[in-house]
Amino acid sequence: MSRITDAFTKDHKALIAFLTGGDPDLETTEKLICAMAREGADLVEIGIPFSDPIAEGPIIQAADERALASGTTIDGLFSLVKNVRQKTDIPLLFMTYLNPVYKYGIEGFAEQCALCGIDGVIIPDMPYEERAEFLSRRGASKIELISMITPTSRARAERIAADAEGFLYCVSSLGVTGVRQDIGTEIGEIIAEVKKTRDIPCAIGFGVSAPEQAEKMAAISDGVIVGSAIVRIIAEHGRNSEEAVGAFVAALRAAVR
Amino acid sequence: MTKDRFGEYGGRFIPETLMTAVLELEAAYERYKDDPRFVRELDALLTNYAGRPSLLYEAEKMSKDLGGPRIFLKREDLNHTGSHKINNVLGQALLAKKMGKTRIIAETGAGQHGVAAATAAALMDMECEIYMGREDTERQALNVFRMELLGAKVNAVTTGTATLKDAVNAAMREWVSRMADTHYVLGSVMGPHPFPTIVRDFQAVIGREIKAQMIERTGRLPDMAVACVGGGSNAIGTFYDFIGDESVRLVGCEAAGEGADTPRTAATVATGSEGIFHGMKSLFCQDEQGQIAPVYSISAGLDYPGIGPEHAWLHSIGRAEYVPVTDDEAVAGFEYLSRTEGIIPAIESAHAVAHVMKIAPRMEKEQTIVITLSGRGDKDVAAIARYKGIEIEE
Repeated sequence: MSRITDAFTKDHKALIAFLTGGDPDLETTEKLICAMAREGADLVEIGIPFSDPIAEGPIIQAADERALASGTTIDGLFSLVKNVRQKTDIPLLFMTYLNPVYKYGIEGFAEQCALCGIDGVIIPDMPYEERAEFLSRRGASKIELISMITPTSRARAERIAADAEGFLYCVSSLGVTGVRQDIGTEIGEIIAEVKKTRDIPCAIGFGVSAPEQAEKMAAISDGVIVGSAIVRIIAEHGRNSEEAVGAFVAALRAAVR
Repeated sequence: MTKDRFGEYGGRFIPETLMTAVLELEAAYERYKDDPRFVRELDALLTNYAGRPSLLYEAEKMSKDLGGPRIFLKREDLNHTGSHKINNVLGQALLAKKMGKTRIIAETGAGQHGVAAATAAALMDMECEIYMGREDTERQALNVFRMELLGAKVNAVTTGTATLKDAVNAAMREWVSRMADTHYVLGSVMGPHPFPTIVRDFQAVIGREIKAQMIERTGRLPDMAVACVGGGSNAIGTFYDFIGDESVRLVGCEAAGEGADTPRTAATVATGSEGIFHGMKSLFCQDEQGQIAPVYSISAGLDYPGIGPEHAWLHSIGRAEYVPVTDDEAVAGFEYLSRTEGIIPAIESAHAVAHVMKIAPRMEKEQTIVITLSGRGDKDVAAIARYKGIEIEE
């Protein structure tokens, strides 16, 4: 068992909270991660800001711009994670586009992740067919590579699930990240199909923005991922986001049982 | 080399949501590319609608003036819509139609690809939306109206640097949201597999024609083929049929902006490094953190921080060479060709003209050079006037 899969063995569905590292600065990110852990998040996903995040909607794009403007670097995020690890054991994931990792060096990146206490990575522009280089170069580090399935994955979902690590990130609907009013049920059907072939935790993300929605999505999966709705609060409150983010995570926690 | 790679370059680094669409496109392309009916239909469009084959014009005054080799101009600027972009767009739109798509989307920099896409959509009764950086909509306002006249909706992209790279981001985000009825007509030999291959195949007609025309005119292959490179579609179209002909030097001219030794440049091969972006492993202008660099060129069509993966490969094996050409040099080439031959080239193509102006005087008189004039320069007249500090009103 890894720290990630452990997060899915509690007596409630998993709540995964996302924020962009360094938005608006690393100090705030550190406080927010601790607040998320304290208010009941089961995993925290830290976005490494990228100049051109093609899978993100406007809310997270803007967060990436703020984080880059504040001078956030990958090494800065490693230091942040080291600090966070002094305070909490919550499983931590990096969400990053491939280019910053590639430029940093996959070996070095994986090694540093392991050293400072990152449990897994999500790389949205690295689909199943392109994982080989990352897998062969991550070395002996125990960094788990989280795979994604989407409503268009039907014919591919079983193969992706068979080789998946940690949990399956199930994208709720077509399009980029953001807040959505309605989320279809297609992803629930795909999850049900996947579960017939492999018992792997499945968490739903993209568009999940309110506690009621989170509750519905949790009902058809093993957990929910909330990103843009949290980032929107950070955009509004900046360095003073701790209380508002904490309260929102607590509300999500109450809904995701 | 697997079919989705050029050496180590290429691949399909895209979100999972798009994988099904890209695999579907690959299957459709495999099915239709050699289908006699598809080939016949596309050939008919290229001949009767786009005006192919394009002329190969010998620029005798230019040759004489430069005191060097015989110079030939491949006149892609004479195609319908005024650039080589129509070659690819007719192919992709026809393919999309066969796939049952009713809507196409496209990015555009200078507007040449957007105009071509809007044109094909009008011809084939398809809905069309164009994504164009806001800065480019201002630099190329006439082309925006041209696309709208053709029935397309033009979306000004305000994110990032508000140029070509951001237009690609926006088009990809739109495609991720709507794939069932929509085909993304990528305009260059970039993006995830199979786009670099599809676009190259549709543009390879340029080089095939050059080869036949040069043999007819001179009895042999050219010594050098020169083309401008942003993503690199007119260049790969020019080069592809000559890759096996080792005697033909292949030269791509990158936009150096204010100079490849300044930050105000878009010369990817000269200043970039390996990376993975916009669906492909290739060369990109980026910082040491792997953030994509803001690039600059006077030419909106070459103002892109990457280069197609097949070019990265041709560079890595030394088969093609890539040279930086500055704004100043390109503007000089633009004016030179206008005055010397009475041909106003696109500012993109003027980069290739400018490079030949530099090297021709050192070459032998019996040698031959082909320059691909990827487009015509009408769209650039106002921008060149501004560059020279001349106020004009239309």
